[in-house]
Amino acid sequence: MNKTLSIDGQEIPFEDGQTIMQAATAAKVYIPHLCHHPEFTPHGSCKLCTVKVNGRNCSACTFPAAEGQEVLNNTTDINEDRKKITQMLFVEGNHFCPSCEKTGNCQLQAVAYHLNMLDNHFPLFYPQRAMDASHPEVLIDHNRCIFCTLCVRASQEQDGKNVFALSGRGINKHLIVNTPSGKLKDSALVADDRAAHICPTGAILIKRTGYTIPIGQRIYDHHDISDVSLTTAEAQHDH
Amino acid sequence: MHIFIDKLVAEHQFKTTDLLAILRAIQARYHYIPSSAITHVAKILALPATHIIGVIEFYSFFHLHPQGDYEILISDSITDAMLGKAALIDLLSKKLHVAVGTVRDDGLVSLANTSCTGLCDQGPAGLVNGHPLTQLTPERIDLIVTLIHQHLPVEDWPAELFAITDNIKKTDVLLTQPMPLGSALTAACTRGFTETLAEIERSGLRGRGGAGFKTAMKWQFCREEHADTRYVICNADEGEPGTFKDRVLLNQYAHQVFEGMTVAAAIVGATQGFLYLRGEYSFLYEKLSSILHARREAGLLGENILGQGFSFTIKICLGAGAYICGEESALIESLEGNMGIPRNRPPYPVTHGYLGKPTIVNNVETFLAAAHIALHGSADFANIGTQQSKGTKILSICGDCLHPGIYEFAFGTTIKDILEACGATDVLGVQIGGPSGTFISAQEVERRLAFEDLATGGSFIIFNQTRNILDSVTNFTHFFAHESCGFCTPCRVGTSLLKQQIDKIVEGHGSAGDIVALEELCQLVKSQSHCGLGQTAANPILSTLERYPELYQRLLKKISYEPGFDLNGALATARRLTQRDDAAAHLAQLGEDYE
Repeated sequence: MNKTLSIDGQEIPFEDGQTIMQAATAAKVYIPHLCHHPEFTPHGSCKLCTVKVNGRNCSACTFPAAEGQEVLNNTTDINEDRKKITQMLFVEGNHFCPSCEKTGNCQLQAVAYHLNMLDNHFPLFYPQRAMDASHPEVLIDHNRCIFCTLCVRASQEQDGKNVFALSGRGINKHLIVNTPSGKLKDSALVADDRAAHICPTGAILIKRTGYTIPIGQRIYDHHDISDVSLTTAEAQHDH
Repeated sequence: MHIFIDKLVAEHQFKTTDLLAILRAIQARYHYIPSSAITHVAKILALPATHIIGVIEFYSFFHLHPQGDYEILISDSITDAMLGKAALIDLLSKKLHVAVGTVRDDGLVSLANTSCTGLCDQGPAGLVNGHPLTQLTPERIDLIVTLIHQHLPVEDWPAELFAITDNIKKTDVLLTQPMPLGSALTAACTRGFTETLAEIERSGLRGRGGAGFKTAMKWQFCREEHADTRYVICNADEGEPGTFKDRVLLNQYAHQVFEGMTVAAAIVGATQGFLYLRGEYSFLYEKLSSILHARREAGLLGENILGQGFSFTIKICLGAGAYICGEESALIESLEGNMGIPRNRPPYPVTHGYLGKPTIVNNVETFLAAAHIALHGSADFANIGTQQSKGTKILSICGDCLHPGIYEFAFGTTIKDILEACGATDVLGVQIGGPSGTFISAQEVERRLAFEDLATGGSFIIFNQTRNILDSVTNFTHFFAHESCGFCTPCRVGTSLLKQQIDKIVEGHGSAGDIVALEELCQLVKSQSHCGLGQTAANPILSTLERYPELYQRLLKKISYEPGFDLNGALATARRLTQRDDAAAHLAQLGEDYE
């Protein structure tokens, strides 16, 4: 009765309505991702979770699982493309891990470790992006934003506040705040909001909590993101 | 301003789906969308202000900062460039004392580039406050400068500046036979709508936008969906550089296009239709509206059409400068009042389209052909063309030829015959299907116009031997970077990287590994991007790299690595700070000394 699909030759059960990502996660198969989070509506934009479904590239986080699908996930070619996409995310912003408070807890960095990314490969863009330190408790460093929209979705779907949105087109894409001044301080965001904790990178940080856990003792300093993603509770995964 | 906006939003019945139309009106009146307007519209429509800002920053024709009282946009299509656009925009800039991409200090005028305006057969072209300028010459530029300095409203400028010709050069089955008003619809009613769908299937009609999906199959899918409401959308967001046939079809054959939409509506069971007209073609709006009015008067639209008991209305919605909205799901997003970002699929529009309801989106020419088939049956259509590509294709031919314009050719016609018909000699190559299509060299002219060989949505740009292919490659690559919606990583970052990499090579900073790096990047952007834009953005590079590798190789320096920037230029700030300008404060670009 159970429906199945195969990922890299392994039979995986799924239920109707599940995406490939959901079926894989339930079966403890890791598919790299950054914009996906199991608690929120999938977005399908980072393209790290691209898998080959019956020979065609599909985003695992949005593509529905179906009986008999042959999915390729953990292959050399696919991971090579994922590495390049990760490198794109690095060069597009200003990501300097050694000086970032998020280092060791950063999913962008962790995915890069996982994919064995050893350099930026592409020329750096060095965009000029401002910081928003106006809020008493929360800081936005736009230099590290990867446009995953997790803060947008968390604010809408869980906090019921709609504090964030993406604006602009193409390479000019940027995160904006829903206040007349455009500043975070005028928004309804508080430090306890889900949106303040969901950022996979160091773009949204809680003030006065920096370095409470020393560098070297953080999650991805010791664990591969594939294990963390599948085994730790999502609440922990967020930090 | 609040009174103006209150009235405007009320005219649009407080519909959030009409956001683009509302913003267009505000932009036209104030030459930007003031922040107080954003706040006010947000309040009345109960939308987050960020949603409105997002839409403004997404579309090229909306601005958060004031533009000139005269907003001048010059078409940046390769075809305009081939007609001397660069010198003309420089002249405009000099005479109006305004740098390209800026607003003059007194706020009188702003000048900028814009993507192809669809006037490639009568360029160099542009737009002033949305009105199309054609056949620009130094004399016309002088006249425009004078009119602006006289502060004469654009509406009172001499009509010849805005004259547009249709340039229909060759007609075949679709454009020759006149179609009496309502005849296709009457024929479809008489035959029965199910049988008319079968007739369209027998005709072999495939989507004319370029992708070539079977029209009857799309309509059948939509028809079979269980739903209380369905929609029919005509995609007139003709943004592919070098394409202008839909402009002509809507100017001369609008009745037939609307009739095709109405037949489609009767078949799938839709009561509401939309014509999504690109913002660059806003000059067609009044004419098309009056045609819709005439059709309502004639009982061909509205309630109980032809007494058959079905109802259908068509609304015209204007875009606002975004190539991506030609992608069907981005177009639907735009119609709903959102940024034009392609949706995740599945679900497809035929099941979840406009407002989540089953929707068919077809090209202008597809509806035109459908009306023809509804009236005349499938036989004469299916007898033309090839086995897999039935009927004719309407081409927009431009570039280096004697007779640019609209040509209707049977599918299967060789490129050679097409070149002969339009008076093209000394041909270097042809860009078929626009930047997202394929470049073929003069050695390949025996190839055929067909979905199975050379598919095109209509763009057909000819280059003669005096042209440098890399000029068009650079132009196209910049175009895609400008038009990427930015949703997915591979396209958002990849199209900008492609632009950097091609510029690096063309500007002479390329070295041995750069072509390999370029090719790798092309494959990545092509295979990993979310939608057709990213998947085709590397085509200009890939199709020329394959045919003219030596063109690229010739530009490379004979060293193993070359930085992608001017090394000595990058030291200028350091020299200024240290007040040094001696020989040791300058660096030669690596390797130059070794050659």
